[in-house]
Amino acid sequence: MAQAHAPQFKNPVVKWIDSRLPIFTMLDHEYNQYPMPRNVNYLWAFGAIAGIMLVIMIATGLVLAMQYAAHTTIAFDSVERIMRDVNYGWLLRYVHANGASMFFIAVYIHMFRGLYYGSYKAPREILWILGVFILLAMMATAFMGYVLPWGQMSFWGATVITNLFSAFPLVGDPIVTWLWGGFSVDNPTLNRFFALHFLLPFVLLGLVVLHTAALHVSGSNNPLGIDAKGPQDTVPFNPYVTVKDGFAVVVFLIFYAGFVFFAPNYLGHPDNYIPANPLVTPAHIVPEWYFLPFYAILRAIPDKLGGVLAMFGAIAVLAALPWLDTSKVRSCKFRPIYRQFFWILAIDALVLGYAGAMPAEGVWLLVARIGTAYYFFHFLILLPLLGKLERPLPLPASICEPVLKGGGRVAAGAHAKPMEKA
Amino acid sequence: MAQTTHPPGTGGHAAPGGEGASRRDFLYLATGAVGAVGVASAVWPFIDSMNPAADTLALASIDVDLAPVQEGQAITVTWRGKPVFVRHRTAKEIEEARTVNLGDLRDPAADDARVKKPEWLIVVGICTHLGCVPLGQKPTDPRGEFDGWFCPCHGSHYDTAGRIRKGPAPANLVVPQYAFTSDTAVRLG
Repeated sequence: MAQAHAPQFKNPVVKWIDSRLPIFTMLDHEYNQYPMPRNVNYLWAFGAIAGIMLVIMIATGLVLAMQYAAHTTIAFDSVERIMRDVNYGWLLRYVHANGASMFFIAVYIHMFRGLYYGSYKAPREILWILGVFILLAMMATAFMGYVLPWGQMSFWGATVITNLFSAFPLVGDPIVTWLWGGFSVDNPTLNRFFALHFLLPFVLLGLVVLHTAALHVSGSNNPLGIDAKGPQDTVPFNPYVTVKDGFAVVVFLIFYAGFVFFAPNYLGHPDNYIPANPLVTPAHIVPEWYFLPFYAILRAIPDKLGGVLAMFGAIAVLAALPWLDTSKVRSCKFRPIYRQFFWILAIDALVLGYAGAMPAEGVWLLVARIGTAYYFFHFLILLPLLGKLERPLPLPASICEPVLKGGGRVAAGAHAKPMEKA
Repeated sequence: MAQTTHPPGTGGHAAPGGEGASRRDFLYLATGAVGAVGVASAVWPFIDSMNPAADTLALASIDVDLAPVQEGQAITVTWRGKPVFVRHRTAKEIEEARTVNLGDLRDPAADDARVKKPEWLIVVGICTHLGCVPLGQKPTDPRGEFDGWFCPCHGSHYDTAGRIRKGPAPANLVVPQYAFTSDTAVRLG
């Protein structure tokens, strides 16, 4: 790590600590001097926004856990007590419940940005796969969190999702009994879901640390999808990106606050304000909106095991994406045909989400089947072929070349040499 | 430990060259194997603790009085935390259940193999697809296209013998273990 400028700390205490445990040098290197491509747009802020959401969820979740009781007889009432009696309980719960949705909004935009600009391609494959694991951990955490209020949707959502595992031959039923700790979703299930809902966010935090570490090896991708070739192509993370990300975070938080204060139950389901009843299934079971595309895929397949495999496969195929996309060009800007199919995929995801919210019959079943078929067609057939057939547009010589017409000067304060850590 | 391996000690057993190397490999493998077994046996209590506890398993069987249930009516009782459907079938329903061609069924089972007395059908009221409670117990409920039960979650239709006829569910409604203790009383479990 031949640094252009090793930081000189003035504070003697900082200096003393840093010479024994170089955390200040590390922070300076990763979040102060760290070279960012100078052309990143606001879509690059959603990683930071997702990070902020994780912090908000852990902070609100911790204080909510101090008031919540994980027992079937009192779980529902303890949540109502949080809403009515606990100081600012209503605020903390609405921030937490809507925060889950905001976290998924940020992560889904972050993922589609990666798809559009080819951020999953070499050398960022492990970075992308860690992201898929983060998505899986988020889904498990969100699902278990939704069970805790022990309303009708909590109970029946838990029943349907745990029963997915019964689709596997031979081991299916023992696995479901093991997951439940009984013969139906009941108190042991609620208890362990609470324990896991507390644990998984910290697993998630660990994955985020690895995700960031992998990112800082090769550096951020950028809208042109070409590597930074020198200091003229980059700006130091601070203040350029900290300010830009900070502004994006504030705008996002305003959007978030709009839900929390003006439509706190808009993204929820009214049935979850009815206490859980194991003898009555709600007429129409719907998961939270962020699961709807996957739920549509589950229901689109007329076979139980097939539906379960297709649903998990829809996520697994993302992990294989770096090898399914055979094109060497990262950014959609230079892939005129793939760019159109990218938007079709984005629309397909929205259509699947809508079909997942509708009853699985008639025209919506057909829509879900076409959407599912297209989803897998895009990843498994289109992407491998398109990389071979498509003729990409010519790439610019460097990031600064199209803007500065050759050469370009070093941005003020851009001291760090890019790519030196790779 | 049942089995200990003998390291090449100071007694001069260590052979020179290749043989000594293979002995060392064996020691590595044996140590690894013992370690793996030890870890597996240490992990098992953690996993098994999540299986149903003794008090959950000890749930008693229940007695159900059938006398008040008129022909055409149905009741739902709770057994092991699950709903159990008890339907007093009409002659028409029994006839429908018996005249089905078994070859057309997804999960073939004759009607008389699913009941102990033709007028009483007793099944666990949990859809074999993803565990919802099918509708069809109340007179106002939809009973599906085969006059039995209809699961609203993902659209499975069951007939008057609780057999799957249409929709995503892979199997018939489960018939629990039960016995008639008298003409109008039954014990579940």
